Amino acid sequence: MNLQIKQEDHENTHHLHIGGEIDAYTAPQLREALLPLTGKEGHETLVHLGDVNYMDSTGLGVFVGALKSSKEHGSSLKLTGMTSRVQRLFEITGLDEVIDIEDVKGGSK
Amino acid sequence: MINISDFVEMKIPAQAEFVGVTRLTVSGIANRMGYSYDEIEDIKIALSEACTNAVNHAYKENEKGQITIGFGIYEDRLEMMVLDRGQSFDYTKVSEKLGPVDSDKSVEQLSEGGLGLFLIESLMDKVEISGEDGVVVMMTKFLHRDGVEVDADTISSSPQ
Repeated sequence: MNLQIKQEDHENTHHLHIGGEIDAYTAPQLREALLPLTGKEGHETLVHLGDVNYMDSTGLGVFVGALKSSKEHGSSLKLTGMTSRVQRLFEITGLDEVIDIEDVKGGSK
Repeated sequence: MINISDFVEMKIPAQAEFVGVTRLTVSGIANRMGYSYDEIEDIKIALSEACTNAVNHAYKENEKGQITIGFGIYEDRLEMMVLDRGQSFDYTKVSEKLGPVDSDKSVEQLSEGGLGLFLIESLMDKVEISGEDGVVVMMTKFLHRDGVEVDADTISSSPQ
């Protein structure tokens, strides 16, 4: 029941590697890590979700908030590497239509 | 008449950090019943959503409370009840009061967790909500043995 967040910065590009469970308990940690990045104009944030083994609507809520923040501040947000389980949640809720999700074909973890 | 094979009840503090504990519990129950990996994941999400709603809405900021979760284990299905007040279930009585999701009071109370409720309805086979004496959410997932999916029958393979 833990969340691991690892951040790598390359100039204006930020990589967040997320692992573990995103639920009501851990979502605030994710929000705190993500929102300062999407609030920077012209910056790009890539969120790697390959090691996320559980996510529910609270996680979706964080990404919706981050998307709003990136639109507001002129930054970009992309989610990548998600498992089919996690991707399915974005599809069921229709959020895959509004959030930039990188399609990892073939070699998904 | 309600005929229960087995019933498991647990109470958790109405705090987000305990929602994960209910996931572990239901994962064990559903696994024992023979659900597939994907079904178990769906069940975990639905239960978490209901518990998260209860954590967020049942009690005021500084109020300490409990959530009661009941698992009705049947031959052909798992029923999960989430009661956002700490009292125990009178299973039969609670079941009688349950109605469809669109009953006015309960929808109003749950609308703030809109996405969560939407997920519950998408992932479960049946969802009922009762708004008396706190909110009760009851979710049913049927067990399809022999690995036959319900919608497998509806897939047609007619040539174009």
